[in-house]
Amino acid sequence: MDCVLRATGLTKRYHGNPALDNLNLELNQGRIIGLLGPNGSGKTTFIKMAAGLLTPTAGELTICGEKIGPASKAMVSYLPDRTCFSKQRKVTELLDFFGDFYQDFDRSRAEQMLTALGIDPGARMRTLSKGTQEKVQLVLTMSRRARLYLLDEPIGGVDPAARDYILNTIINNYDPSATVLISTHLISDVERVLDEFVFLYQGKVIQKGEADAVREETGKSLDELFREVFKCLPNC
Amino acid sequence: MNWKFAGDRPLYQQIMALIRGAILRGELPPGGKIPSVRDLAAEAQVNPNTMQRAMTELEREGLLVSGGTSGRTITEDSEILEEMRDGALRELAQECAEKFMVFGITPTQAAQLLLNLEKEREEM
Repeated sequence: MDCVLRATGLTKRYHGNPALDNLNLELNQGRIIGLLGPNGSGKTTFIKMAAGLLTPTAGELTICGEKIGPASKAMVSYLPDRTCFSKQRKVTELLDFFGDFYQDFDRSRAEQMLTALGIDPGARMRTLSKGTQEKVQLVLTMSRRARLYLLDEPIGGVDPAARDYILNTIINNYDPSATVLISTHLISDVERVLDEFVFLYQGKVIQKGEADAVREETGKSLDELFREVFKCLPNC
Repeated sequence: MNWKFAGDRPLYQQIMALIRGAILRGELPPGGKIPSVRDLAAEAQVNPNTMQRAMTELEREGLLVSGGTSGRTITEDSEILEEMRDGALRELAQECAEKFMVFGITPTQAAQLLLNLEKEREEM
């Protein structure tokens, strides 16, 4: 299986405090992976590093063999944990931006998804509800034909119907040549779409595996396993 | 199909059981076409790899037949269908027996309860 992301000894310190601590991880092609951990475990730091927004203090990180830089960014589609577009922009203008910035942006696909959601491309972002703004951002992220999708807390703070929509979008856009990394602490909501999980704690990978294999071996859901593993650890 | 899953058992096994159930109930008739993995995954809201695994396992059991590009169909082989039916019923009986055993009721006592139930129905 082709390795899409490889982190070796990856470390990030903020004023001496490690957010990522000698982290080693390999993500393979065609998988949907949950990056799971309590608040402050390093999920967002890791994702931002893979997206090229933060530089490591030490260690190495490659995307499809490329070091983080323009070449890796061209292959990575990143959904931040908050909306980042100017509220003054119309949805069509955002589509133009994505078309200009990313060669792999499939505009017709984005338009189809917006139509299915009943979002008027002529609307300005500020006239849309917060939930709809988040959906627009997800549509743009998933409309790139990337090798790696990084979704930081895509289901935090949305209602159950929107959550279903988001999970369906991830499933419908599944591409066997791409990998999707979803960070969240709402495990029970995402676990049925995951192939694999990675438990992060204090900047380290403390457990990882195949979702169905864990259910088979332990008779527990990922959510139950998560509660059990993190119950015993301090500062959770 | 009613895609409801328990969190504590492998999803692919639960999908297999749901499909077997639908065949037993006649919702999916022998020889009938099965939607694509992609469509089924979207409908069940599960990972396409998990759905693929369930389909491959059912194919190995002989319950589903791969038709190449035309997709999968349910087998028309009555022997395989009968075997699956027996297996599913045995599993149901096993489950039922275990539930009775929790209350200290033996399968013989449970069978008597079932017979009583049947009799009451007849009298109604």
